[in-house]
Amino acid sequence: MSGPGSGELPSPREQPPRPELHRALGLTDQELERIVEILDREPNELELALYGVMWSEHCSYKSSRRHLRRLPTSGDRVLVGPGENAGVIDAGDGIAVAIRIESHNHPSAVEPRQGAATGVGGIIRDIFTMGARPLAVMDPLFFGPPDDARQRWLLEGVVSGISSYGNSVGVPTVGGELTFDPGYAGNPLVNVLCIGALPADRLVLARASGTGNLAVLLGATTGRDGIGGVSVLASAGFSGDAGGAKRPNVQVGDPFEEKRLIEACLALLDAGLVVGIQDLGGAGLACATSETAARGGVGMDVDVSAVPRREPDMAAWEVMTSESQERMLAIVTPEAWSAVEELCRRWEVQASVIGHVTGGATPCAVGGETARELSGRLRICDRGTVVGEVPAASLADGAPVYDRPMRAPADRALSRADDPTASEGCGDCGAELRAMLLDSSWVYRQYDHQLFLNTVVGPGGDAALLRLAGPGLPPSERGVAVTTDSSPRWCAIDPRAGVGLVLAESVANLACVGASPVAVVDCLNFGNPEHPEVMWQLSETVEGLVDACHAFGLPVIGGNVSLYNESTGADILPTPVLGVLGLVERLRRRPPPMALAADASVVLLGRRRAGDDVPHPLGGSRWAVECRGRRHGALPPLDHAAHARLASFVASLVAADIAGGGRGPEDAGDAGLLDGVHDVSGGGLAVALAEMAVSGGVGVRVAGVEGHRELFTELPSRIVVVTRTPGELCARADEAGVPAEIIGIAGGDRFVVEQLVDVPMAELSQAWTGSLVGRLAPA
Amino acid sequence: MSTRVGVVVFPGTNCEHDVATALERAGAAASLVWHTEERLEGFDAVVLPGGFAHGDYLRPGAIARFSPVMGAVALFASGGGPVLGICNGFQVLTEVGLLPGALVKNRGLRFLCAPTRLRVASARSVLTGGVEPGAELQIPVNHFSGSYVCDGRTLAQLRDTDSVVLRYVENPNGSIDDIAGITNAQGNVVGLMPHPERASDHLLGSTDGLLLLRSMVAAAAGVRAA
Repeated sequence: MSGPGSGELPSPREQPPRPELHRALGLTDQELERIVEILDREPNELELALYGVMWSEHCSYKSSRRHLRRLPTSGDRVLVGPGENAGVIDAGDGIAVAIRIESHNHPSAVEPRQGAATGVGGIIRDIFTMGARPLAVMDPLFFGPPDDARQRWLLEGVVSGISSYGNSVGVPTVGGELTFDPGYAGNPLVNVLCIGALPADRLVLARASGTGNLAVLLGATTGRDGIGGVSVLASAGFSGDAGGAKRPNVQVGDPFEEKRLIEACLALLDAGLVVGIQDLGGAGLACATSETAARGGVGMDVDVSAVPRREPDMAAWEVMTSESQERMLAIVTPEAWSAVEELCRRWEVQASVIGHVTGGATPCAVGGETARELSGRLRICDRGTVVGEVPAASLADGAPVYDRPMRAPADRALSRADDPTASEGCGDCGAELRAMLLDSSWVYRQYDHQLFLNTVVGPGGDAALLRLAGPGLPPSERGVAVTTDSSPRWCAIDPRAGVGLVLAESVANLACVGASPVAVVDCLNFGNPEHPEVMWQLSETVEGLVDACHAFGLPVIGGNVSLYNESTGADILPTPVLGVLGLVERLRRRPPPMALAADASVVLLGRRRAGDDVPHPLGGSRWAVECRGRRHGALPPLDHAAHARLASFVASLVAADIAGGGRGPEDAGDAGLLDGVHDVSGGGLAVALAEMAVSGGVGVRVAGVEGHRELFTELPSRIVVVTRTPGELCARADEAGVPAEIIGIAGGDRFVVEQLVDVPMAELSQAWTGSLVGRLAPA
Repeated sequence: MSTRVGVVVFPGTNCEHDVATALERAGAAASLVWHTEERLEGFDAVVLPGGFAHGDYLRPGAIARFSPVMGAVALFASGGGPVLGICNGFQVLTEVGLLPGALVKNRGLRFLCAPTRLRVASARSVLTGGVEPGAELQIPVNHFSGSYVCDGRTLAQLRDTDSVVLRYVENPNGSIDDIAGITNAQGNVVGLMPHPERASDHLLGSTDGLLLLRSMVAAAAGVRAA
């Protein structure tokens, strides 16, 4: 290759594209016109392929971008907001925490095991790209009901993919969610969140800089796996064959390669040997080279013939768009190259120079305007010949931004009026309660959730609570808490209010482990954006999230949008999934469990009635949807100020407990106020109490519940606590302006809510244990 | 000077830092030893920690047995030095022949990460020497191939020589005779599937694993003094 800015190379000479090739690559006629305008000539096949993947919905966010701009993204603790590989916050004590959430929905629908496995691999790379050691993964999963053989195949495959990859690569999976709804039968959702930690002074950004610096490809060889993953798979819906024809587009994961890659990259960063680093995910080299160049305001020459291959006879466009897994692009000074090579050899990681950084920043005309950032040219060479050349920023940032038509569903008023609260009467509450229990331990026992000795509260709790510790981190007594939450039931009724309720639930979950929330990441899973009602759902969701984030004072520091989740024309339920990160100042003791304790009082914190008109609304509740088949109605109201008061009251009690006032043989005699804690969410008070009873192996007698509506309502801002000092607790709650009522006493071998439920504990425990396993292995 | 323990790291090992942390809690000084190392002089004990050595794509431990360090481990063991294999380390020790039998896929053919209760079956090993036989310990497992198997003669021999050191109270994986951990004839080489390092802190719910690690550290100090 020649030096930067050299003009002697022949002009791009690949064949001019076949007419209409752009459509096969997912580009519209208008998008092709825009490309011609940018290049001032017709693109060749390679260049068209680059635009095809980079301007795909998955990579460019072209349908959602204008909506996402409204989200609040700044805050005192925010070190890195959206737009980088991960968001990063300052956790104190010289430690920064990186967090990211992504979807791997479409690959998992086609090939559940590899789809989910490579989702885990991808998110982990995003985290160590920032210089952070990946410390924990969480997986929110959504399937159709498991009574169906295909759904069981999907669930088994996805769980085994996460298990085999995550366990082997050495990152614990500490939580997640499991949701069954017929709306996901044709298009399951596999979201994955990862957090990592790094010394705050070692933050790395994915930028290329320094003309003449080397572009080094690290890790696995490049093959034809995953070509078009983003454009063909993730940017279009599924037709009738359930994705069989798309299977060759799914990538295949190798966790052992990734494990070595993690160690090698962290060692390279520790030694200060790289200028910038970027992982290769969707759109492969096309994305990694153009994004690092665009962010750094430079250009890049790439020689595809220097890319190590695993298959013969690959064309330049195949090498550039391959989504082969476990690869990283590092920018390295020529002086550091030999040290990089040596370190990679030690970790058995292949390292190859595939290009270099060029200067010559030139304004690039995009759509008649000059692009915001200047950048150089991305020039692709093959055995000495230039085969393609485009402005790097036009790939990374030049995609059109669409203002797609939106329309609220025509039957909103009717649907709101079709409310189950008044019309559905009391049934067999005990049977309905048992039907709503879901023991997800079959899933999380297949995940290593304890590696690194950080997992204080693991899967199955309200939120994961981890020590903030890891190799290379400064010592700290702090803890970090993470929760993922969603409620497609609520969001289907009202996406704006629904997502607000989801964020409120996250805040309550964190409070139960003593953590204060600091940042949000969102994974917005929706149907086809070309359907105006789907765009309306997306826009409403963003509005709701903006409002809720402002109300709770939280920034959104990263996210992902997954569109075209549809099957045979039917869109999935609107499914925003939130990941919320919280911090604990001092973590010395285990928090109170999500369980009852014999002879202790059961206290309900928070208001018990929404108001006098409809005190216990049931619209969108699990009870209405799952037990009565009623999906419409009105959602319960949320009072942000009251919710924040409740959450900060509970968080302060638990935080005081875990900071050293609490439990454990090392501190006998200084018991905390709480013996158990759990927030009320899906399934209402009934399910919250049942989960605590089963977990503690202790029965309960509760009195004064106003009928089945109070038992099953999902009215927010309520937390159940268990205490042996109810008088003191209620006095403290009163001071904090938080309503508190003793509703029962734990103990005995029956689960009793007077007038409504009376079940032997043995029966309840059996229903709990068999709730998932029984459905997975039908007799 | 505190007891020095070498923690062997193969590419793909992932519990090395956890084991080093727990050993330090147990009073030892731990250092990581890369698998290409051919000498183990200067260590009083050696631990092979859990993980997926060389990816474990063939069979757990089948490739790791050929790593250069394994010759040194065998030499160290034949000299009477304490050698402990945890989980993947136990699998490696059976593959290399330092312990009899093999670990096969769990009953149910699924990975299992869960707390287990163990009963100390024998104090005749460096790992269990400081614990009363019959004592019950709470220590988690984390494996796909943790079901111990061996032929009838080996099993009889293990029993006759008091070489089964730990048994599951409720067998989670189908291991023959509920075996969770075994030792060799001399009692200095021990393999177990549960992870004692994961039960080394009140914050994590159990410190029973520390009882075992302290035993081993004490035994290593004894060997050095002798």
